[in-house]
Amino acid sequence: MKTIGYIIQKEFKQIFRNKGMLPIIFILPLLQLLILSNAATFEIKNIKFSYIDNDHTSTSRALIETFNASDYFNVIAEFPNETLANDAMLNGEIDVILEVSRYFERDLIKDKHASLGVTINAIDGAAAGVENVYISQIVQRFNKKVQIELMHPSDKINLPKTITTTPSFWYNETLNYKTYMVPGILVLLVTMIVLFLSGMNIVREKEIGTLEQINVTPIKKSQFIIGKLLPFWVIGMGILTIGLVIAKIIFNVPMLGSFWLMYLYTSIYILVILGIGLFISNFTDTQQQAMFIAWFFVVIFILMSGLFTPIESMPIWAQNLTEFNPIKYFVEVMRMVMLKGSGFADILPQLLKTLLYAIIMNGLAVWSYKKTN
Amino acid sequence: MKRFTAFIRKEFYHIFRDKRSLFILFGMPIAQIMLFGFAITNEINNVDIAILDYSKDATTKEIINKISASKYFSINQFLEHKTEIESEFKKGEIKAVLTFEKDFSKNLIKENHATIQIITDATDPNTANTISNFTNSILQKYQQELNKDIKISYQIVPQARMIYNAELKSVFMFVPGVMTIILMLVSAMMTSISITREKEMGTMEILLVSPLKPFQVIIGKVVPYIFLSIINAIVIIILSIFIFKMPVQGSLFLLGAESVLFIITSLSLGILISTMSATQQTAMMISLMGLMLPVIILSGFIFPISSMPTPLQVISNVIPAKWFIIILKAIMLKGVGITFIWKETLILIGMTIFFIGLSVKKYKIRLE
Repeated sequence: MKTIGYIIQKEFKQIFRNKGMLPIIFILPLLQLLILSNAATFEIKNIKFSYIDNDHTSTSRALIETFNASDYFNVIAEFPNETLANDAMLNGEIDVILEVSRYFERDLIKDKHASLGVTINAIDGAAAGVENVYISQIVQRFNKKVQIELMHPSDKINLPKTITTTPSFWYNETLNYKTYMVPGILVLLVTMIVLFLSGMNIVREKEIGTLEQINVTPIKKSQFIIGKLLPFWVIGMGILTIGLVIAKIIFNVPMLGSFWLMYLYTSIYILVILGIGLFISNFTDTQQQAMFIAWFFVVIFILMSGLFTPIESMPIWAQNLTEFNPIKYFVEVMRMVMLKGSGFADILPQLLKTLLYAIIMNGLAVWSYKKTN
Repeated sequence: MKRFTAFIRKEFYHIFRDKRSLFILFGMPIAQIMLFGFAITNEINNVDIAILDYSKDATTKEIINKISASKYFSINQFLEHKTEIESEFKKGEIKAVLTFEKDFSKNLIKENHATIQIITDATDPNTANTISNFTNSILQKYQQELNKDIKISYQIVPQARMIYNAELKSVFMFVPGVMTIILMLVSAMMTSISITREKEMGTMEILLVSPLKPFQVIIGKVVPYIFLSIINAIVIIILSIFIFKMPVQGSLFLLGAESVLFIITSLSLGILISTMSATQQTAMMISLMGLMLPVIILSGFIFPISSMPTPLQVISNVIPAKWFIIILKAIMLKGVGITFIWKETLILIGMTIFFIGLSVKKYKIRLE
């Protein structure tokens, strides 16, 4: 026990001695939490909108005015013709072109029907879909207004059947993105710090040659590993705590669930990450290799965690792969406990899988550690 | 000059000798682009929902069939009572519950009007909102069928034309982004590590007292990585064209030239990082912790920049990846020439000059 204490003391001294690293470990992640949580939103607004009005009638102007009044659209420009509009689209200045045809108002009154040209930059397919929905909604509302103004009494006989929907958004009525992203980004930061530090740590001793010196001391392998990993476990929990305080005070994220459940889960989760870090350390010779491998897995874990993009939309084989992604479980658990107040029974499946993962990874890490000596 | 080429040769030896790193360097970007190109999409599909049907009549059955037939939803279960919703949401099995009011058909026939309540788990606002939109559009179609005998007058019908990506494939959005992130992180990380490594090992001082000029040392360290990154870029471009069917509407030559420019920008960022850090550990933490998330989030790779708060839109301008993603999409999907992207190109050139200038300044201080 005393030996472990000394190793831990040594590790902490080494961490706190390196003045260049301290801000990277403690300030950089929290700064990112503060800044990036504001940026991560799929909400589509400020759509760069432009129009070509070939009609110049009161109806066409009224229609364009409704777009102008909407929060979703920023009317950037009016173009006299299609060529100029297309050029602006190629430049990336605008994303939507609305084209009102020459006899728009006349067609509407005479034929009771008029069409409207809409061109949407669809490189971001999902955003284009949403933009299209917004445009239809605005036009639909405008139609209702026009119908009331223009309809003759004789038109009113047959009322169409309508089905209306009333959406009700639970847990997050205002559809605030930050409450969704803050727990997720916090999870990433904890994971990255712990994985990078632990992955580099032992391999560094190997590279510098001090590992051999430790190996000839009477320190047992288990003592060495526990002494090496515990400091990073503490750092991970520390970052989680500061992050939770920031989430509460600055982002006002609701914390419906119990704190001890979050800490219980995180304390097991960090063991998984430490196990992976140690495993990487054992199989590499230089810090450079260790970092490349850690980087490779972190990028995959992040992008396939369901944090930014939904897992359900992935192909089945990819969904199966995400079962091996520890970040996925951590993101799920944090969001469930914080935002929905899920209890122990609700997160039990994730908890058990994480525990199993921790046992397997640390087992593998300890086993492979012995072999390298 | 001869000394210089000898030095470059030494660097190549260093890289090629370390087979494991070499494998990582080439294997990983390929594995990642294959994985992400196929797996990542910001579309919402197969959302698990539940149905709470208080009337259970012919009309609701028909609507439920329509909903389960769409690719957006998969009906996970049927609930009997409103109180079940909360516990299902907490388990996280379903994302929404569609509730049909009592006497749905009767209301629709008698009063011409019926309501469906869409209860969504809005912890994920994007999915919640999309579920609501998709349900509405399915219902809209259903209503048109119901009302096909009634001629609705005074209709303005928008005819939407989706350009550059008519099928709304999300691959077109993500492949340029993945390519950018891989090139940027690999290039910046590799250079920063290889230079700080010499510092940490103490061999940098030996190089500095050699007859090679300091800038030759740096260029010599960077040249092999430019070469490796170009190979990586070529492999990624080939994969995106042949496997992901990304079109290259514009000139392939321009695409190549811009990629080389971006690689040089990233490498010079790597040099800058190496001048700021004394150990490999610091260099790696800066290039991984400092670059990874900001590049993923602020570059427009996943999240639309125009939706961000204004201060963050301003910050996003200093992320080189943002400009390269714009350039890639413009050349590959819009098919434009340099006249449309000269601004972005100039910004990347400016950033490169800035990074190199700053490194040279910092580097000299170390020498004294």
